[in-house]
Amino acid sequence: MAYSDKTRRLFAGEIEAIKEKGLYKEKRFIWSPQDAEIEVEFPEGSSREKVLNFCANNYLGLSSHPDVIKAAHDGLEERGYGMSSVRFICGTQDIHRELQDKVSEFLGMEDTLLFPSCMDANAGVFEAILDAEDVIIADRLIHASLVDGIRLCSAGYDTFKHMDMKHLRKKLELHSDKRQRLIVTDGVFSMDGDLCPLDEMCDLADEYDAMVLVDDSHATGFIGKKGRGVHEHFNVIDRIDLITTTFGKALGGASGGCVSGRRELVELCRQKARPYLFSNSLAPVIVSATIRVIELLSQTTERRDKLEANTKYFREGITKAGLSVREGATPIVPVMLYNAKLANDMARDMYAEGIYVIGFFFPVVPAGAARIRVQLSAAHEKEHIDKCVAAFRKVGEKYGILGLDKKGIIEKYGT
Amino acid sequence: MEEMKEAVLEYVIDEYVDEDDDIEVAFDTPLISSGIVDSFSMVSLKAFLERKYEVKLPDDEATPEAFDTVNSIVALVSKHTS
Repeated sequence: MAYSDKTRRLFAGEIEAIKEKGLYKEKRFIWSPQDAEIEVEFPEGSSREKVLNFCANNYLGLSSHPDVIKAAHDGLEERGYGMSSVRFICGTQDIHRELQDKVSEFLGMEDTLLFPSCMDANAGVFEAILDAEDVIIADRLIHASLVDGIRLCSAGYDTFKHMDMKHLRKKLELHSDKRQRLIVTDGVFSMDGDLCPLDEMCDLADEYDAMVLVDDSHATGFIGKKGRGVHEHFNVIDRIDLITTTFGKALGGASGGCVSGRRELVELCRQKARPYLFSNSLAPVIVSATIRVIELLSQTTERRDKLEANTKYFREGITKAGLSVREGATPIVPVMLYNAKLANDMARDMYAEGIYVIGFFFPVVPAGAARIRVQLSAAHEKEHIDKCVAAFRKVGEKYGILGLDKKGIIEKYGT
Repeated sequence: MEEMKEAVLEYVIDEYVDEDDDIEVAFDTPLISSGIVDSFSMVSLKAFLERKYEVKLPDDEATPEAFDTVNSIVALVSKHTS
């Protein structure tokens, strides 16, 4: 038997090591549709609990929206279940083209190419457009999928301090001899909820003849007055060369992603991006539902406006309650705890209070920056947010951290 | 050797430590395992060393372990410059 006891012990040992480091991801089962209120089995095998969900990327509350579900049904009925093909053989329907056009229009870009996920878009985009003569200059805190894509590309790469434009300038100067420079950033950084200053970044890009790629997965649909993204927020829509984003968060939350941007760059992805060429076409049911999502968001800003109001309401409440949060305006609100065990213990106690949140710590976030990440949704009502704030107040009081700043919490619990 | 240590330490502080970070970095401070330098941005440090000391550090030697302290970095670079 190839998979001998010795082999089994080897892999089992690796799993044990993950557990010993406190990095093991427990299984959690949701028995209900994704929404503000969900039914959760956790730990595995325990009785189900109804809890309020404050850790989903369901920013606009569209994951279970009736119009979106209906559009998904229509897609299933009218275009079938699967394509059984990659896009370029026989996997492109009229609705794939329609969705690409709608995304281009929504984002203000020249062209768009669908991918099975934004992870795939990020894995494929760099190698498709750059080669060894070029350099990628990336923010140090970009999403893991961008890191993987950059590592798969033959272009050289360098990094700059998180959102530090002076440091970026230094790196652009250092690499001024390269054929092309591509600056890479997240629009909204998923762990801190901070917005990349794209206006300053585009000024630097102009000065040093560089292109700009933004992963706007945590922004598309709700950042900017019309929800177009961080490039709308900073009024640089026509200065961004590439956007990668997902349909798996605010835009219905199923799956799928895209590369959107300059026509030639998107066309190169169509010709060369391996995750596009070698994986199946996005299922018609998702394409149909995502078209409906884009239509809904183009008709009214009601949902992103509600999300903005919810975010403000929560940030005010949690600050008044005495918790330490990172300032910002996005629906990602990190409640800073600095100590990994404290973050884990508090998240567990929050669950007991009926609030589903998760603690994050090194290596997911920098060492000594453990936190509970709270994510607001347009599906939340005020009473949901009140309950969440009340639970944080109760749990925070138990651990004696209310009113403490970073120094105070670290003095009490260490990092 | 001491001069190289000082130069590498200066680069590490300038490149990886923010002004408002409450971090002190010495020759034996763990860099990678403590999270001051992550494996993705380690590339900047490698490029600096290769440029400044005109060496080529093989990928199989430029490991997170070898880059974990200024002392170990200097030992690696010295091996390739001597």
